[in-house]
Amino acid sequence: MVQIDAKILVNEGIGPQRHKMALYAPQIGRQAKPGQFIHVRVSNNFPPLLRRPFSIHRVEGQKIEILYKVVGKGTEILSEKKRGEYLDILGPLGKGYRLPSATSKISDIILVAGGTGVASLLFLAEAISVANAELSILVLIGAKNREELLCEEDFRRLGCRVEVATENGSRGYKGLASDLLENYLPLSEDRPKPAVFACGPSEMLKRIGKISRKHRFPCQVSLEERLACGVGACLGCVVKAKGSSYTYKRVCKDGPVFDAGELIW
Amino acid sequence: MMQKAKDKPPNLGIELAGISLKNPVMVASGTFGYGEEYAELVDLNRLGAIVAKTITLKPRLGNEPPRIVETASGVLNSIGLQNVGIDAFINEKLPFFREYDVPLIVSIAGDTIDEYVQLAKTLKGEEISGLELNLSCPNIKYGRKFMFAQDPKTTHQVVSRVRKATSLPLMVKLSPNVTDISSIARVCEEAGADGVSLINTFTGMAIDIESRKPILRQITGGLSGPAIKPIALRMVYEVHRAVKIPIIGIGGIMTAGDALEFIIAGAEAVAIGTGNFVDPLTPIKVIDGIREYMIRNKIKDIKSMVGSLQCRKS
Ligand SMILES: Cc1cc2nc3c(=O)[nH]c(=O)nc-3n(C[C@H](O)[C@H](O)[C@H](O)COP(=O)(O)OP(=O)(O)OC[C@H]3O[C@@H](n4cnc5c(N)ncnc54)[C@H](O)[C@@H]3O)c2cc1C
Ligand SMILES: Cc1cc2nc3c(=O)[nH]c(=O)nc-3n(C[C@H](O)[C@H](O)[C@H](O)COP(=O)(O)O)c2cc1C
Ligand code: FES
Repeated sequence: MVQIDAKILVNEGIGPQRHKMALYAPQIGRQAKPGQFIHVRVSNNFPPLLRRPFSIHRVEGQKIEILYKVVGKGTEILSEKKRGEYLDILGPLGKGYRLPSATSKISDIILVAGGTGVASLLFLAEAISVANAELSILVLIGAKNREELLCEEDFRRLGCRVEVATENGSRGYKGLASDLLENYLPLSEDRPKPAVFACGPSEMLKRIGKISRKHRFPCQVSLEERLACGVGACLGCVVKAKGSSYTYKRVCKDGPVFDAGELIW
Repeated sequence: MMQKAKDKPPNLGIELAGISLKNPVMVASGTFGYGEEYAELVDLNRLGAIVAKTITLKPRLGNEPPRIVETASGVLNSIGLQNVGIDAFINEKLPFFREYDVPLIVSIAGDTIDEYVQLAKTLKGEEISGLELNLSCPNIKYGRKFMFAQDPKTTHQVVSRVRKATSLPLMVKLSPNVTDISSIARVCEEAGADGVSLINTFTGMAIDIESRKPILRQITGGLSGPAIKPIALRMVYEVHRAVKIPIIGIGGIMTAGDALEFIIAGAEAVAIGTGNFVDPLTPIKVIDGIREYMIRNKIKDIKSMVGSLQCRKS
């Protein structure tokens, strides 16, 4: 974990209200694992006062990328940043996805991405294909409409199979990414189970958590909560998890990636 | 202007209620965890002191989320004193501090006066520099509605009972949710407190107008950050005129200038809370900024700044 002033190398629109930013951050890139995030101070003045968290989307040599959607003041300011400016960032933070081991008994990998959830899953797909080229990766991407669909080609280029769902049916299946997952199941009992990794809106994750419980396959989900410190100190970002009765876990430190089975939705 | 080689560097060190601090800049309870969370980012040895997250007798799970929301230049929180409990604190968290040369002040809270006393007794003999009583908790004897710090009589009782139970330096952290904070501070002084920390957060709320629901699950929460600084400063100014024991100024400190305002108003030391979230290096930048200010203004000793407010004559 380091705090650095990172130079902005690229900050460009890639869709409606969607942007990609590349930062020169070799110290963070070297340590980063898929599912981890950076905590960005978007402005030296306030508001916005608190930092804003973004998943690490890609690491390429000395640079890291994030992919973000403008939803409020902080992301709007971020979208107006110019190449050559510097951003105060902390990272890499949090616990990322646990990669399937080469010996694990799984049939294949399914990644389910909703909206900007593709951001961390592309990094994961890259890491899995480097670590274990044998595994086949199926990516299910959900978006509101075809314009808001992100990263389809990037996944294909990695050799993943990609299926798309849009809510208005303007591309692929008409419906939700979680529907695609359900259509793919149930699997016969004797087949090894897939390992599922999901990132997206909390409603989608909840649904996928339920499906994973029903069909009993391992499932990791990446959660979003409002963060303050981002480093585990303030206890502001907790989610309910199983314990002797229950316990609270910090999204920023114990997560953002959790086993769906350990959460109490 | 060049500093002459023979000029001594300004002295930022202070004695706070019997604790020696390298400088008057501390980190506030609940915003710096148990120290370890920030150790990779901040040189803890440079801090004046660390006030750990408030500890209770039993571990507490804390409140249901959402617990935090940003408001105009501030943060509302309702963490609900989630903490590991005194036993785990002593066994698992305290050993970490042995590696560091920084005073540790332990913040404690209870549901009853007896619990405060028991906590103080349990901490006897541990390697800590002082205690801070967090009185912004409801006294269950009077139902969930009133904090200890809102009633002068209960404040007197809890402070004097803990005073008898410990010889450690004893700070009392005050709530700003009172009509006259000076009278509460005076009560603390009478009851034997060695210092007062002010302030804790202001009760506030935020509403999502689309769903018409409160954003925090607990409906209300405590407001911190730059939004509260002017009120915190006014309270330090008032309390400084009311008591002789040292004051730790807290509330919205983001820069050395903010910290100096508190010191000029009468605070012997300051603590940084929300500022840590915005920039973990805030305390370090504040220390460096105070030093630069002192060099620029040829101030040899930080103590000469305390309460040095120059009011206009009427
Ligand atoms: C670990 C982590 C990784 C993330 N990765 C990405 C990413 O890769 N790409 C991306 O685009 N976004 C990501 N996010 C979300 C992103 O951090 C937020 O969208 C951003 O902070 C919004 O800032 P803002 O100032 O623009 O919006 P704000 O002005 O803060 O909020 C805009 C609106 O959204 C609401 N809102 C904000 N946060 C929440 C929340 N947690 N729950 C419910 N409502 C909320 C606000 O109330 C408001 O109505 C991630 C979040 C987390 C926790
Ligand atoms: C997330 C959060 C948790 C806090 N927890 C505690 C606590 O456990 N005990 C305590 O005495 N004060 C607690 N506080 C209050 C701070 O110590 C401080 O008094 C207050 O935030 C005002 O200072 P600031 O504006 O610099 O943050 C907490 C504040 C925040 C924001
Ligand atoms: S944001 Fe502070 S603990 Fe997670």
